Amino acid sequence: MTGTVALIVCGGVLFASGTAMLLARPLTRILLGAVLVGNGVNLLVLATSGPAGDAALLYPGTTRRAHMADPLPQAFILTAIVITLALTAFLVAMAYRSWQLSGSDDVPDDIEDIRIVRRAAYAEERERLRATYRARRHEYRALAHEEEEREAQEHSAFQRLGKARDQYRELRRRVRAEARAFRARQARAEETAEESEGEDDPWQTILGADR
Amino acid sequence: MSGGGGSAAEVAAVLVPLPVILPLCAAGLKLVIGARLERVQRFISAAVLLAVLVVSLVLLVTADRHGPQVMDAGGWPPPVGIVLVADRLSALMLVISSAVTLCVLVYSVGQGMADNDEATPLSVFHPSYLVLVAGVSDTFLAGDLFNLYVGFEIMLTASYVLLTIGGTLARIRAGATYAVVSLLSSVLFLTAVGVVYAATGTVTMAELPGRLDDLPHGVGAVIQVVLLGVFGIKAAVFPLAAWLPDSYPTAPAPVTAVFAGLLTKVGVYAMLRTQTLLFPGNRIADVLMVVALLSLLVGILGAVAQTDLKRLLSFTLVSHIGFMVFGIALATPQGVSGAIYYVAHHITVQTTLFLVAGLIERRSGTTDLQSLGGLTSLAPLLAVAFFVPAMNLAGIPPLSGFLGKLGLLRAGIADGGALAYVLVAGATLTSLLTLYALAKAWNLAFWRAPTPEMSVVGTVLDTAEGASPEEGDDGDGDENGAGADGTSGGPGRPSEEGARQPAGDAPDAGGAAAWGRAAGPGPAGGGGGPGRRGRRGKRRAVLPAVRRTTATFGGQEITTSTTLPVSMVGSTVALVVFGLAFTVLAGPMFGLTQRAAGELLARTPYVEAVMQR
Repeated sequence: MTGTVALIVCGGVLFASGTAMLLARPLTRILLGAVLVGNGVNLLVLATSGPAGDAALLYPGTTRRAHMADPLPQAFILTAIVITLALTAFLVAMAYRSWQLSGSDDVPDDIEDIRIVRRAAYAEERERLRATYRARRHEYRALAHEEEEREAQEHSAFQRLGKARDQYRELRRRVRAEARAFRARQARAEETAEESEGEDDPWQTILGADR
Repeated sequence: MSGGGGSAAEVAAVLVPLPVILPLCAAGLKLVIGARLERVQRFISAAVLLAVLVVSLVLLVTADRHGPQVMDAGGWPPPVGIVLVADRLSALMLVISSAVTLCVLVYSVGQGMADNDEATPLSVFHPSYLVLVAGVSDTFLAGDLFNLYVGFEIMLTASYVLLTIGGTLARIRAGATYAVVSLLSSVLFLTAVGVVYAATGTVTMAELPGRLDDLPHGVGAVIQVVLLGVFGIKAAVFPLAAWLPDSYPTAPAPVTAVFAGLLTKVGVYAMLRTQTLLFPGNRIADVLMVVALLSLLVGILGAVAQTDLKRLLSFTLVSHIGFMVFGIALATPQGVSGAIYYVAHHITVQTTLFLVAGLIERRSGTTDLQSLGGLTSLAPLLAVAFFVPAMNLAGIPPLSGFLGKLGLLRAGIADGGALAYVLVAGATLTSLLTLYALAKAWNLAFWRAPTPEMSVVGTVLDTAEGASPEEGDDGDGDENGAGADGTSGGPGRPSEEGARQPAGDAPDAGGAAAWGRAAGPGPAGGGGGPGRRGRRGKRRAVLPAVRRTTATFGGQEITTSTTLPVSMVGSTVALVVFGLAFTVLAGPMFGLTQRAAGELLARTPYVEAVMQR
C-alpha cells in the first residue's frame, strides 16, 4: 500500500483530538469528539486503499481495470459513515434530553459509586467515634468504680455505726427493764410493809415493843 | 459445502442467515404497526424468536454432523462477498442466545402487562429488542471482520435505545457512560479492521489465517492487541470493565438481564474466534492470564463491597468473565472447551439472576439489600428461583457452574505453567468469594426477618392496585367533609365520625397523591379524629424512606404486589430449569464443546468450508 502521508497524518490528528474531546463531561463536546474520531478513522481506512485511481465502476467495455481504485475500503467507509451518523443522532437526542431534565448536558458521576465511597468514609468515621466512645466509657467506668467503692466504705461505716447503736439500745433497754423490775419489787415490798403494819409484821411479832 | 453434507446440509445452509433476517423483518413490521394490535405484536415477537431457536437447533445439529454451514450473502463468493458461517461454536452460541432471548421476551411481556405500560414496550422495546437479537446473531454468524463490526454496531445501536428507554435522568446518565465507551470501542474496532486490511488485503476470516501467518511478528502482534482491546471492552475484562456496573443496573430488568447475559459474551465469543482462528500459537497467553486473574479478583472484591443486588450481580459478571479469558489463554483443547461450556452456562445463569432481581424488585420495590428482608417467608418460590442459580453461579458441586469451573481448573493444572497454577488458585478463591457475596445477599434479602419497609411497601401499594384512583379521591373528599361537620356540630358528632373512619380510611391508603390531599384539610378538622391523623402521619413518615427505583419500561417507580405475574415467574423458572439442563446434559454438552474446541483449534474445517467450494 502506497498512499499519501497527508491522509494518515490528517486521520491521526482527527482521531487524537476526537479522543481528547470524548474525555470531556458535556455531552455536546463528546458528540463533537465522536464525529471527529469517526471521520479520522474513516480517513485512516481510506488510506489503506493505496494510490488513487479511477472510479471503481465496471461499465461495459471498461479497459483500465488495473488503474481502478480499491473499492472495498470505500464500502467500509460508507457503512461506517452511516453508523456514525446514527450514533450522532442518538447522542444529540440524549444531550437534549439530559438538558431538558437537568438543565445541563454534563455526564455526572455515578450515584451508587459515590454512595459506596461515602459508606467507606462513614465506616471510618464510625470507627473513630467508636474508639473515642470506648475511651470515654473506660474513663467513666473507672470514675464510677471509685465512686462505688467510696460508697461501699461509707455504707459499711454506717452499718458499723448502726450495729453499735443497736447494741447501745439493747443495753439501755435491758438496764431500764432491770430498773423497772427493781422499782416494782421495791414498791411491792413497801406496799406489803404498809399493809401488814401493825397486824402481821414479823418484826412486830418478834421484836414487839423493842422495835 | 466441503464435506458433501447431502441434501439436509444444503437445506441447513439456506437457514444460516435466518437468525439475522427474521428478527430484522419482525422489527420493521412492528415499527409499522406501532402501539396497536397488542396481542398480534406479542405473538409476532414470540413466534419469531421461537423460529430463531428452532433454526439455531437445526444449524447446531447440522454443523455438528456435517461441518460448518456457509452462506454467501448476495451470491458473491468469499474473497469479495460477505459470508455467514455457522460452525459448532456459532451454532451453540445461537441456540443459547435464542433460548435466553425468548425467555426474556416472555418475561418482558409479563412486566409490560403488569405495569399497565403497553405503549412503551410495544413501540420501542420490542423493535429494539428484535434488532438487538439480529445484531447478536449476526455477530455469531459473521464470516469476516467487517461483518463482525457491523453486527456489533447493530447490537450496540439497539442496546443504546434499550438502555435509555423511558429517558429518565438516571438512564440518560447510565446511557451516556455506556454509549461513549461503546463508541470508542467501535471506533477502535474499525481502526483494527483498517489495519488488518492494510496489512493483508482481506478481512474474510477464512482467508486471514494464511495471510496473517506470513506477516512479520510485530505487525501481527499489533493487530492482535488492538482486536483484544476492542473485544476486552465489549466483554468487560478488568481494566476495561468500569463502565459495566455503572450502566447496567438502571435499565429495566429484562434489558439488564439480556445485556448481562449476552452482550458481554458476544465479546468473549469474538475473542475466542479471533484468538483461535487468526492468532494461533498463543503468543500473548501470559498477558491474557494476568488480565484474567485481575478480572477475577478485582471483580469479585467489587461484588463483595456492594449493597445493591443488581450491582452485586454486575460485579460478579465482570469477575466471571475472567474464567472464560482463562480458558482462552490456555488455548488447549480442554481449556477452550471449558471456556465454551462456561460461556453457555454463564449466559443462562447470569440472565436468570437478573430476572430474579427484577422479580424481587416487583415484590418489594427495591433491590437494595439493606432494605430487603424476609423474602423466604413472603415469597418462597422467589427464594427457590434465586437460590438455585445463585448456587449454580458460585459453583456448588452437582450444578453446571461447578462442572464448568472444574473443567477449567483441570485444564489449568494440565497446562502446568506457574502462571496457570496461580490462576487456578485465584479462580478457586474467586468461587469462594462468589459464594460469600451471594450468601450475604441471600442472608440479607431472604433469611432475616422482614424489614419494616417490606411490609409497608407491600400493603400500601397493594391497596393502590385494588382501588381505582377516582374512588380513592371521592372517599377522601367525603371523609374530610364529615370531619369539618363533626367539629362544628359539637361533641355529639365525633363518635359517629369515628364509626365512619374505617370506610373512609381504606381508600385513603390509595397512594401518595391521596395523602397529599388529605394532609391539607386534616388539621382543620380539629378534634375530628386524632387517631386517624396519627396513623396517617406514621405512614407518611415511612414513605420517604423507600428508595425511588426506576424499574418499569417508562422509568416510573415500580408498582409492587404480593402476587407476581405468571408469565414473569414462568419464564424465570424456565430459565432456571434451562440452567439445570446443563447439569443433567453435562456429558453430551462437554462432548459437543470438546468437538467445537477441536474444530476451532484445528482451523482447517472452518477455512476449507468457506474457501473450497
